[in-house]
Amino acid sequence: MNFSQLVDQLIAQTTERSLWCFAPEIAICVTIVALLLVRLVSLDRFVPNYMFALLGTFAAFGLSLYQGYEFSAVKGPEAGTFFTGLMVYDQFTIFFRVFLLLFLILTITLTVLTGIPDNEDGPDFYTLLLGATLGMMMMSGANHLLMLFLAIEMASVPSYVMVGFLKGRKSSSEAALKYVVYGAGTAGVMLYGISLLCGLCGTGDLPALAERISLIVQNDPATMASVGMSNGTVRAIILGIVLVLVGLAFKLSLVPFHFWCPDAFEGAAAEVGGFLSVASKAGAFALLLRFVLAFCGGEPSALSEIYMYLGLGLGAVGIVTATYGNLTAYGQSNIKRMLAYSTIAHAGYMIMAVAALIVILNAPETGGVIDRMADAARAIEGLLYYLAVYMFMNLGAFAVVALIRNQTFSEEIDDYSGIAKQAPWLSLAMLICMFSLIGMPPFGGFFAKLMIFASVYQAGAVHWFMYVVLVFGGLNTVFSLFYYIRVLKTMFIGERPSGAQAVKVGFQPSLYVMTLAVFVLFLGVVPQWMQGLSSRASGVAKEALSPQAQVQPAESNTVIVQDAR
Amino acid sequence: MGSGLLLTCIIFAPAFFALLLVFFDSKAVEAMRFCALAGTVVTFFLTLMLYGQFDFDNGEMQHVISAAWIPNWNINYTLGVDGISLPLVLLTSFISMLSLLASWSIKKQVKGFLILFLLLESGMMGVFLSLDFFLFYVFWEVMLLPMYFLIGVWGGPRKEYAAIKFFLYTLFGSILMLIAMLMVYFNSGRSFDLLELAAVGQGLKEGFAFSPGMQMTAFVLLFIGFAIKLPAFPFHTWLPDAHVEAPTPISMILAGVLLKMGGYGIIRIAFPLCPYGAQWAAWALVALGVFSIIYGAFAALAQTDFKRMVAYSSVSHMGYVLLGIAVWKINETTGKTENGDFWLMGMNGAMFQMMAHGVSSAGMFFMVGVIYDRVHHRDLNKFGGLMGKMPLYSGLAAGIFFAGLGLPGLCGFIGEVFTVISAWSFSKVMAIISAAGVILTAGYILWAMQRVYLGPEYKGPHEEDITPMNNRELLIGATLLVSAIVLGVYPRLLFDIMEKSTVLLTEDLSAGLQRVMKAADTVQAAVGK
Repeated sequence: MNFSQLVDQLIAQTTERSLWCFAPEIAICVTIVALLLVRLVSLDRFVPNYMFALLGTFAAFGLSLYQGYEFSAVKGPEAGTFFTGLMVYDQFTIFFRVFLLLFLILTITLTVLTGIPDNEDGPDFYTLLLGATLGMMMMSGANHLLMLFLAIEMASVPSYVMVGFLKGRKSSSEAALKYVVYGAGTAGVMLYGISLLCGLCGTGDLPALAERISLIVQNDPATMASVGMSNGTVRAIILGIVLVLVGLAFKLSLVPFHFWCPDAFEGAAAEVGGFLSVASKAGAFALLLRFVLAFCGGEPSALSEIYMYLGLGLGAVGIVTATYGNLTAYGQSNIKRMLAYSTIAHAGYMIMAVAALIVILNAPETGGVIDRMADAARAIEGLLYYLAVYMFMNLGAFAVVALIRNQTFSEEIDDYSGIAKQAPWLSLAMLICMFSLIGMPPFGGFFAKLMIFASVYQAGAVHWFMYVVLVFGGLNTVFSLFYYIRVLKTMFIGERPSGAQAVKVGFQPSLYVMTLAVFVLFLGVVPQWMQGLSSRASGVAKEALSPQAQVQPAESNTVIVQDAR
Repeated sequence: MGSGLLLTCIIFAPAFFALLLVFFDSKAVEAMRFCALAGTVVTFFLTLMLYGQFDFDNGEMQHVISAAWIPNWNINYTLGVDGISLPLVLLTSFISMLSLLASWSIKKQVKGFLILFLLLESGMMGVFLSLDFFLFYVFWEVMLLPMYFLIGVWGGPRKEYAAIKFFLYTLFGSILMLIAMLMVYFNSGRSFDLLELAAVGQGLKEGFAFSPGMQMTAFVLLFIGFAIKLPAFPFHTWLPDAHVEAPTPISMILAGVLLKMGGYGIIRIAFPLCPYGAQWAAWALVALGVFSIIYGAFAALAQTDFKRMVAYSSVSHMGYVLLGIAVWKINETTGKTENGDFWLMGMNGAMFQMMAHGVSSAGMFFMVGVIYDRVHHRDLNKFGGLMGKMPLYSGLAAGIFFAGLGLPGLCGFIGEVFTVISAWSFSKVMAIISAAGVILTAGYILWAMQRVYLGPEYKGPHEEDITPMNNRELLIGATLLVSAIVLGVYPRLLFDIMEKSTVLLTEDLSAGLQRVMKAADTVQAAVGK
């Protein structure tokens, strides 16, 4: 194959397949450019900036939905890689795109309602917001270690700026700086891990990694006798994996990589906090799943036992994260800080699902107690359901915080005293969101948590330690009651002090938060919604696990391998 | 009305009226009260309709309705009623109606109170009617949310502490229940259907079984979850606080209905799903029950707060429930149930005691509430002479307190006698101790009556506010007393409903235990070889 043939093939692949697969992202890119140009021609004096951002996001959302429809009707491009194997297009990608874009629409709507940013700053803010979302969408479609890194950075850099967006405030700048420094550090660590993996395997292609690793392990004379941590190659592989996980753990704010989170959330506007707490987590979990499935999605390999211990380790991280988040949240007086610790705790619950997934996938022969693929699919299904509910309940809580801040100029929990009498709908929405965050039925948070706990219980059949994880997950639910209910208690039972600023919330903001709350409720009650979302998530999970989706067009694969070498 | 639909209506009728209330102007207090009252009355008539349609000769589930909820997880919306749940459903709608009548004393934020009250009733009905573990759990928790606010907003001085304590205890129990729920779900081929789970637990389903070890773990988890609600001895400490701080109508609901959920859960879920675990723990349960009886009675004796005394009397009375359920004696070698009739009697006694306590304790709390509304204190040592000032009230109160005491001819007697007699076959020592509890009960109730109603003069503050009962209060008090007398004189009213189901339950459990033990022996023999 000579050079011109290669170029022709590349062009053909790009125009025939890749561009359409990438269409929602392209729509976002176009919107970003348009937002910048609009200011150039002063169009923003006549039409508010957010209109452009919303329009573009809706276009991208529509495209994603259409792709989803196309996919289920088996009309569009098949599942598989595009852009020469750098990215992958499948139901999993589409699910997260739809999820992220819907969330973006909700966030933009919230910023319109709360008036942060004003029209002057609009283009800057929305560019950053859309840019970050673009990165997160790419995280969900990454199929290559290089892409993994690029997508994370693409999502992180705008996030740093958004945290510091309240320009006049010292705490905001401080938060942004902390976030940047910490982010840069972990990015470096992760890059080192990536280079180890790439160097050892000779490729950065995620689906090829597992195969390469087993080849290396099998052909290495030292490992013939026993595959264990005493072997240098194995050690290097595991080190590489762990270092990449560190980078992801930073995005997920898992203990001990969580230190940026409370400061960043406290310093940033509540709208940004809400965005980061959900979107960046969703993107990171998508990427984590891709990364994990690349290693242990296929048949059990020689390293299965070591991977399983990795899973148990993640379970331990989940315990520590959830417990630490919940216990620390209790002491907070600032509601944004409290919610930051609450997001840490929720990352802990969610990582338990990933831990269960890894343990189940690497189960030694259990005599039929565990159906490897089906149970692994359920773990992923639980995680996806949790993320979907989490989007509504957490954004709902942050939205209420932002709306109340606009009225009282305060984010202290004590200043929420007696707000329920002045803003009943807002308080009701907060109540629903918080009870859902605790994991109480009949709200969506309960069913999501049950799904994750069910997976953890299943994983307990493989290794007893997962039962410990389950018990701690349950205990943490009880711990978390304290601080969520403290907010509700202040809002509903407290009396409004006589001199306090009255809270008057208009119809639209109330409608907005109540819409979110109704979603939370419906995801825990309405059969069609619950069944629908869980079926969708289950379909996505099964496809992500099935080897067919991982099949590569052979040529594009070789290109990348040669690239990496 | 279609039979399945009726159950759905019973559950959601109060919620529907709660929804109606949202559209009321918050100043139309009286209108809202009547609307809410209409809701509870409608529900009560629906339950009476259910009673009318109930087939007393059938111990099985009736009016079963099942609809898919989340098929992916085999979660269904399954409802049904049998002789064990029907009395409790009747009790719930009855007590709810009366305590809503008692809610006229609530003056602040009436709208919120009534909405939460009706939601609470929906939750309680759901608990008693659901036959799907998941659905049961949902209703179990749904009931918590209104309860937290009902105590927390409308309660006494330490309301926040009491509310969070109540919430926390129950949530802790719920989490244990959740873990047990996952255990039975995965060991039964992914089912939440309580009847199917019971079949698996009793060794009736091919291919699936709950091993003895698993049954013991699951039983302990479930039991703690329910014992917190019951409340049995080490888990009872939320109860005095919650009862004392809650407003009168909520105390009535708490004592009258909520505590019964613990007993119901043990009978409906913990025992049928884990017969082996239940039998294994029978001695501990009996001991706990007896200890609760004595401990609650002594604690009640020591109280100076009228409401707290009544609260501790609940601990004591619910001990009889636990005792009656748990007196399951088997032959250690064969696993055959011995003196099954006594156990059946205990089970009937426990059920009856739940109903009787529902009536008498709700009545006692109401009577405390009536006097508290007038003089705004509850110090037992600062009452006296009420018999002269409020003769009618004192007469009704005396009747209801005697019902709580267990005077023959009133409802409390039957349950206590049945459980104590059935305990005789299980362990003579336990029977004697539990019988001694009756004396203590008489002690604290008579002593309290003496201090409050008898004596020459009233010794506390606000003497001028002591006015006779109004008609509304009279209606509530008289209704409760009449039902206490009816149940005491004609207990068959209840036994007719429940007997077939309790017979079926004890027989199934006895047979189920033997099957499980046999299966375990086979496994052991196979391992031994």
